[in-house]
Amino acid sequence: MDYFLQLTVSGFVLGSIYALVALGFVLIYKSSDAINFAQGEFLLIGTYVALTLVSAYHIPFLAAFILTLIFSAALGLLVERVVLRPFIGEPILSMIMATLGLSSLLGGIAHVFWGTDTQVFPQVFSENPLTLGKIMVSPVYVWSLVIVFVLLGVFSLFFKYSRMGIAMRSSADDQQAALSMGISVKKVFAVTWAIAAVVSSVGGVLLANINGVNSSLASIGLKVLPVAILGGLDSIPGAIIGGFIIGVLESLAGGYIDPLVGGGVKEVLPFVVLVLILMVKPYGLFGKREIERV
Amino acid sequence: MTAVQSPFAIGCGDFRVNYTQDMAIYKNVRVRRRVIFLVILFFLFPILAPEYYVSLATMAGIASIGAIGLNILTGFTGQISLGVGAFLGVGGYASALLTTRLGIPFWFALPLSGIFTAGIGALFGIPSLRLKGLYLAMATLAAQVIIYFLFNHWDALTGGTGGLVVQRPSLAGFSLDSEMSYYYLMLVILILTALFTLNLFRSRVGRALVAVRDRDLAAEVMGIDLFKYKIIAFAVSSFFIGVSGSLMGHYTLVITPENYGTQISIEYLAMILIGGLGSVMGSIYGAAFITLLPVVLRELMTAVREVFPNLESIFIGIKEIIFGGIIIIFLIYESEGLAKMWRNLKDYIKLWPFSY
Repeated sequence: MDYFLQLTVSGFVLGSIYALVALGFVLIYKSSDAINFAQGEFLLIGTYVALTLVSAYHIPFLAAFILTLIFSAALGLLVERVVLRPFIGEPILSMIMATLGLSSLLGGIAHVFWGTDTQVFPQVFSENPLTLGKIMVSPVYVWSLVIVFVLLGVFSLFFKYSRMGIAMRSSADDQQAALSMGISVKKVFAVTWAIAAVVSSVGGVLLANINGVNSSLASIGLKVLPVAILGGLDSIPGAIIGGFIIGVLESLAGGYIDPLVGGGVKEVLPFVVLVLILMVKPYGLFGKREIERV
Repeated sequence: MTAVQSPFAIGCGDFRVNYTQDMAIYKNVRVRRRVIFLVILFFLFPILAPEYYVSLATMAGIASIGAIGLNILTGFTGQISLGVGAFLGVGGYASALLTTRLGIPFWFALPLSGIFTAGIGALFGIPSLRLKGLYLAMATLAAQVIIYFLFNHWDALTGGTGGLVVQRPSLAGFSLDSEMSYYYLMLVILILTALFTLNLFRSRVGRALVAVRDRDLAAEVMGIDLFKYKIIAFAVSSFFIGVSGSLMGHYTLVITPENYGTQISIEYLAMILIGGLGSVMGSIYGAAFITLLPVVLRELMTAVREVFPNLESIFIGIKEIIFGGIIIIFLIYESEGLAKMWRNLKDYIKLWPFSY
């Protein structure tokens, strides 16, 4: 039972990070109907930037973190302007290939600048584990959860009350109507990409604190696909709930099934879930069903 | 017509007045002559070229077969597949198991592995009835990840990460060990594949597939059985991908999971995009382009090694950057790929110097 709880807790933390990255993913899909296969590379580059600032330039973690967020936002804006803007309204295949190309490009850049070896993130949070009842939780986990929940809360408020947030929701709802009401849809797309890059680098920095940094971090970019599909591609609450479900499932599979079959189930299970959802309920838990007319 | 005609000028206008002319494979006699000339040139190529170039051509040719297969599905039928890598693997493993475990000769194992891959492809094509666009891309990506997992972990069947070792095929006591003999095997199969595909899209089935791509709902209203034709597209496409996987396996002689990852799927999609969606020749151009890209980069790097000695360590990174960059540049500036660029060039020369 303790083992189960332990796995659930670590799954929950992993899930919260998935939720964060999936949030960026869903935002992009919602506002511009684009799927961002480069989400994982945003995460990777953000993490490496934070790592470099902290370990090579000895900037205090908090300052480095904020600088990283600014850098990520700039990267998101740049990518949207240079790569994605020509694809607005293009066929879906072009969009998919463009972001796949982008992921190769960004992955290559990370490779050239930072190599492929695993690097350890300098200790930021204290090492003494907290004990909650019978299970031990490392402070990194607690901090991750706190940060993720704060961010998710901030974004909910942002979408609900801020001018930009409302503009984003409206252009997701109906681009033409938004345009005719004087909303700059271009600006909305730009902000969307900036936010997506920012949330992924937050997720990356948190993950790096747990597992260290290497190029395999980018595989999170593919992992969030099952998360987003499970929750419904265009639903923000869906992304969050989907993130937690997949995180916990993955952790449980890693704990119980992996020893039986010799590993790897953890990696593949989210995709099995993905197939099942697509078979049963293609629009996910909270997704909007598309109705097509000839 | 006047008697005076420039030898370089081409008869003004290429008028087709009936369907037979419109559907013809060779639009006119000149094209047929040119194609025959090119094919002869390809048959002479290994005699004239050094062995290294022959092996590169073989790799590019085998990739072309797979790319044509993918193009049938994605370019002609409009169904996005991110699972090519896994299907290549299914073909490779099927052929390896058939030849080593069951002792079936390569010549039967090759089509059988194609048929087996077609079956698996059709199975993963079933969701395509309900899913399209993005969601279908996800489903095929899931297929890729799941099949790749099986390659890695179903040790009893696939040999796990160590993979399987296969032999070169032999024909009437003559083993196809040399580069040249395997090149000819590849060339014959590539020509058959290209001919089949060109003809497929002149037939009823092919027209139905194109109709599904252009607007699936409209096609259904006109009486095209969407489910049937989508499954046909998946099966035919996977057949060629499986054959390509089998050929590649017997060429490299070892079949390991890392040759069939998600990256390979992306490379094949890049091939048909850079080559030209919905174009058989485009698939071949694209496959050659993507296969030769790392080779050319490697050569360039050796050339500048004196100046930048530490380039070696970041070569893979640079390769990824260039690969991604090329995809994006093609998508932005010429989304119809090399096939369209070649056509533009021909049109330019045809009208020169009086283009308007």
